[in-house]
Amino acid sequence: MFEQIVDAAPRFFGYYNVLFLLQALAATFLLSLVGCVLGFGFGFLLAVTRRTTGRRLLPLRVLTIVFSEAFRRVPFLVTLMLVFFAFQALRLETSMFTVALVSVCLIATAFIAEIVRSGLASVHQNQWDAAAAMNFTYLETLRYIVVPQAWKVMLPPAFSFFVLFIKDTALASQIGVVELTFAGKVLANKGFPAALTFGTILVLYFALSWPLARFGQWMEVKLAPARTR
Amino acid sequence: MNFAVDFSDIWPRVPYLLGGAWLSLQIAFLAFCGGMIIGLFGAMAKTYGGPWLRRIVDIYVSFFTNTPQLVQIYFIFFALPDWGVRFSPYVAVLLGMTLNAGAYLTQVQRTGFTSVRRAEIEAAETLGFTRMQSVRYVILPHIMKTLFPPLSNLYILMTLGTSMAAVFGVEELTGRAFNINSETFRSVEVFLVAAGIYIVITFMATLLLAGVGRRFFRAKMSYF
Amino acid sequence: MPQLELVDLRASYGDHVVLERISFSVNKGEIISLIGPSGSGKSTLLRVLVGLLPPASGTVLVDGKAVDYRSSSAVRDARARMAIVFQQFNLFQNMDVLANVTIAPVKVKGQSPAEAEAYATQLLERVGLGHKLHAYPDELSGGQQQRVAIARALALKPEIVLLDEVTSALDPELVNEVLDVIRLLAADGMTIFFVSHEMAFVREVSSKVIFMADGNVVESGTPAQIFDAPQQPRTRDFVGKILRH
Repeated sequence: MFEQIVDAAPRFFGYYNVLFLLQALAATFLLSLVGCVLGFGFGFLLAVTRRTTGRRLLPLRVLTIVFSEAFRRVPFLVTLMLVFFAFQALRLETSMFTVALVSVCLIATAFIAEIVRSGLASVHQNQWDAAAAMNFTYLETLRYIVVPQAWKVMLPPAFSFFVLFIKDTALASQIGVVELTFAGKVLANKGFPAALTFGTILVLYFALSWPLARFGQWMEVKLAPARTR
Repeated sequence: MNFAVDFSDIWPRVPYLLGGAWLSLQIAFLAFCGGMIIGLFGAMAKTYGGPWLRRIVDIYVSFFTNTPQLVQIYFIFFALPDWGVRFSPYVAVLLGMTLNAGAYLTQVQRTGFTSVRRAEIEAAETLGFTRMQSVRYVILPHIMKTLFPPLSNLYILMTLGTSMAAVFGVEELTGRAFNINSETFRSVEVFLVAAGIYIVITFMATLLLAGVGRRFFRAKMSYF
Repeated sequence: MPQLELVDLRASYGDHVVLERISFSVNKGEIISLIGPSGSGKSTLLRVLVGLLPPASGTVLVDGKAVDYRSSSAVRDARARMAIVFQQFNLFQNMDVLANVTIAPVKVKGQSPAEAEAYATQLLERVGLGHKLHAYPDELSGGQQQRVAIARALALKPEIVLLDEVTSALDPELVNEVLDVIRLLAADGMTIFFVSHEMAFVREVSSKVIFMADGNVVESGTPAQIFDAPQQPRTRDFVGKILRH
């Protein structure tokens, strides 16, 4: 068996295959990155909405809670299928990448909304009180006082979520998105030894995820509060 | 938009889906138990083992936590047969999930090990506890209190993770949803119902675990 | 007409009634102090006045006009006229001293940054912190932070200044620098309404002392009346205990 792998290796690591793998790697990275960046934006909106107190905004608040709870409790594969078939039913013609991106975005929004929520909650109530007593509106308080203090608490978990999600994007292969796992399946179907193919895919995922995870750890240490009041 | 939502094909099949959910829970449970055993050995190795052993455990943990569970199972299912090791889809999934869980659980259990301070052990000994009694009355409760929340969380994530078994044809909840989809073509409906079942299961699990955690381990857990 | 008047004010946190029936009035330029045991509702009263806790019933009149705490514009108006300084300084951690003092006038009142900075610098010099304009809150001592908080409240040019136990969280040696600033304000003719445990200071500076207990005004009068000749048994009890120190 090992002889087979050694034999196939030169062909496997040929120019076009390597290019293909690198493109797939980029697709995996982008899928998680763009999905999570958008997820951060929407998640932030969700968290800010959830903290409002007006009567008229109650239905909106309930919606954000339902959204957040629902999309965190459904497996990625199921969400992916839902988005895929919903697009099909609504006759929206888009690439599979877009379908996967929308799914990532929905889930990232739900999870990051929770992260932002704890970040905002980490700012002491007395900062809110002082701002309120000086007639700052809710949005002004967020913008000038709370978010500048909260972002350090929010960023490390949000970044780790992004790194974590890189692994979940593997499921996008099931709808034909040309990301790393799909590339593996394609090459395995072409006749390359499965051990070589999937082994390489595993190594590539590791090469993508591990340095980013370390960076995330470094960032967490860097941003940790120097003193606590 | 010629699309009308029609659940009529789905309702009669709900028991079938629930059967799948039961299988999902079983897989998660078995993988969790297996993972806990691996995790225990891994954590002990990291705490008490020599430098080489610790290295190996680190590599295992690092590898399994930085690569996707799906591809790990692909490897087990498609690559190992080339060396004569053939598993059924169900076993391959179980094995993959167990090894994956073991890596995360090693990390979690390690924090449990390190959280017990020397001072507590000494205090227990000076009070006259035997080794066994120290473990039972002081160390274990402390560890359980610290670890119960992250363990519960991981368990729930694993329950959701069983969904990828569908890729290999295992007929757990997602797998059965796929089956119903190919029979009835009511795709959005069946996956909505499947999603709903996942939400309900995880809600109940969260409530149950939070209840157990609070009552028996005095762990700080939220019901939500 | 009194500048500030409270009539039968009542407030509660959920089921727990904190203010039973509070009635008194404050004239322009008066220095009113609020004393009493912990839990008597003193801080809560100040929080109600600036709209951080809605009153359950009763009326608050500013310059004869009632404040409707359910209307956000009325609350904004009240806050513009009454500035509060909290026990825990509450300086904004993410900006320096000057920014802390100028941010509200600029962002909320729409003053020009140059104008706000000029006035802020003046105020900070008045409270003795002209040399610390660009320091951050965590670089300052408690007393310095509290003085910045007072300057911040004054930057809004309020008609009434509310001080909520502003020296209680300070180390003893830092208390006097803050009291000095309050004496300055008093000398300027600012209407001050303060809660304090510093009885000697209360006696020295106040024009009127109000003694509260269990959410009620038990007795009020001049410092001499309250400290030397308290009428109510509760007041006598409290004054007796504190004077024994």
